[in-house]
Amino acid sequence: MSENGKPRVAVFKMASCDGCQLQLLDAEEALLELAGEIEIVNFAEASSDMRPPPYDVTFVEGSVSTPEQVDQIKEIREGSKVLITIGACATSGGVQALRNATGRHEEFIRTVYPTPEFIDSLENSHPIADYVPVDLELSGCPIDRGELLTAITALLQGAMPRISTSPVCVECKRRGYVCVVVAKGEPCLGPVTRTGCGALCPGFGRGCYGCFGPAQPSNNTEALGKRFIELGLTPQATSDKFRFITGWAPQFREAANAFGDGHGEEEEEVRTS
Amino acid sequence: MTHRQVDVPVIARVEGEGALHITAKDGEILDLRLEIYEPPRYFEAFLQGRHFSEVPDIVPRICGICPVAYQMSAVHGLEELFGVQVSEGTHDLRRLLYCGEWIESHILHIFLLAVPDFLGMHSAIEMAKDHPELVKKVLDIKRIGNDIMEVVGGREIHPVSPRVGGFSRAARKRELDPLLPRLEWALEQMPGIADFVASLPSPSLPRDVELVSMVHPSEFPMNEGSMASTRGKRWEFSEYEAVTQELHVEHSNALHSLMTDTQTPYHTGPLARVNLNADLLTPVAKDCMARAGLTIPEGDPFFSMAARIAESTLAIEEAIRIIRGYVPPEPSMAEVVPRAGRAMWVTEAPRGSLYHRYDVAEDGTILEAKIVPPTSQNLRHMEEDLRMFLPGVLDRPDEELTRLCEMVVRNYDPCISCATHFLSLDLQRV
Repeated sequence: MSENGKPRVAVFKMASCDGCQLQLLDAEEALLELAGEIEIVNFAEASSDMRPPPYDVTFVEGSVSTPEQVDQIKEIREGSKVLITIGACATSGGVQALRNATGRHEEFIRTVYPTPEFIDSLENSHPIADYVPVDLELSGCPIDRGELLTAITALLQGAMPRISTSPVCVECKRRGYVCVVVAKGEPCLGPVTRTGCGALCPGFGRGCYGCFGPAQPSNNTEALGKRFIELGLTPQATSDKFRFITGWAPQFREAANAFGDGHGEEEEEVRTS
Repeated sequence: MTHRQVDVPVIARVEGEGALHITAKDGEILDLRLEIYEPPRYFEAFLQGRHFSEVPDIVPRICGICPVAYQMSAVHGLEELFGVQVSEGTHDLRRLLYCGEWIESHILHIFLLAVPDFLGMHSAIEMAKDHPELVKKVLDIKRIGNDIMEVVGGREIHPVSPRVGGFSRAARKRELDPLLPRLEWALEQMPGIADFVASLPSPSLPRDVELVSMVHPSEFPMNEGSMASTRGKRWEFSEYEAVTQELHVEHSNALHSLMTDTQTPYHTGPLARVNLNADLLTPVAKDCMARAGLTIPEGDPFFSMAARIAESTLAIEEAIRIIRGYVPPEPSMAEVVPRAGRAMWVTEAPRGSLYHRYDVAEDGTILEAKIVPPTSQNLRHMEEDLRMFLPGVLDRPDEELTRLCEMVVRNYDPCISCATHFLSLDLQRV
């Protein structure tokens, strides 16, 4: 706690697009109100006043993808009472995890950078929990502002936030949306993806593409993949549906491997052993 | 003899992560490096092998502040390659979505990122204590930009409806209409906001520059047009990679850009756009630009904030015009049949021209992708600004010097997530 008794809150980023911390800045009025309840002591995107730990609550956006970030996340964990990871990058490696297990990291560097030796990055893009214990994960690409504010409010009450883990399908039924798989024959990850977006994509007439990662408990990706093939997708296109924004989340990785051309065979072995 | 080294290890209030290292001796800059350590994410590499229809879902993830820009450069380029004609309604809805992003991004930059410096404050939260009404007002205006993006795109960060061919669902007239009175209110606020910006004590950096942006015969450029520079050059999107050139320097995970013919840096962004398209500004935008103290031509990068005021106003006026005349495109999506070839397009992101190129196979698979974001195009120009600006202020105390350096950099509203992505100052007075 600060001297004034308010919880000290910090926000950090690793490899990411800034979108999740922007959700915090976009909370505008709620943020100004919260500013009365909490003290934001380190938030580089919002303030040049950056103070050292300890922090009561730390939010981290982004994935661990360089050797320096491995050290940085360990320091952040040590300085934080509660560590909350926010977004698809921090909770599953993010869209940049599409480089993982391709065995093509060197080639990827050469594709983007003319002088590859200037670049220092890890072979894989990792979720934060691969390196340090995490107290709460808020998934989403980006995270949902409502879920973020719910989490902050619960923490202010001294309670651990409860976040829904049910699939997008449930939310579609709740809202009375027409099913895009049934009505349009469009592949949709809604049956296996955690809601949090409010079934946004089906509401906009298109299939869910998995921004919020796997629903819990993990459900039937195999049957869904088979349905995609019945709808006319090739096995590779089916694999790519799972291997997308949150494709490095274990359940989606397994499904991608099961239908795909063997990208990430190592993981396949781990799964069957 | 005075030796001085300044290190800004984390540049605050920019999108992303960077640092500035300066070594100075007797008022002379010995070394200056704008270091970009935002980690590389390899978008151009992992786009390879994906289906073209997935591109508008992948590329916005480069930047949470300007996702629409990434979607627009991609969908326009691919549509041109595939010979897809989109309807007038789709054109309007895309421009409206872009207006939302310009309003949200410009107001966020001016008030949450830039203005606190001019007032000697650390953040907008601190500013809210002394200027509560102003902060509330600008946050309300920013929210209108966000809400436009939400209504049209489904959400303000990484919208879901923009597709190659149009929209997965077009916004309904009744969803857009409630935005009108709020936009009209915002437009009334802009002259006062422009006066406030004019009242801020600003440094200056008069310099000879080459400004680069899109130009268009009849509308202030966002989605369509061709390229131009203030040195009289004109080129098509397909000539972008010949006219400009990318350079990889050791201290940066972002590439630098130069004009190929002169091997000199250029400046893209709002200041470039208003210089090259001043006649196309809408009436209140023209008035607000004059109130904010900007007269064209002007190359001083410290006038970028006034240019953002002009463009925010323009975006509000355009949004009002589009919503009033809006007829939803029916159907919302044109039919898209892929064909092999090269797609090349530029649209105007809030922070400048954003070039995309995709090499596509016959079945619609992406074979190669190239993305040149505005911030990386501006990096070399920022370094040059710092070299010109610093000798005059090197005698200032470290804290003030750091703030001044950050202001020079922030003129460009750099998005380091885009350019890999920003600033920590390291000044060594050796």
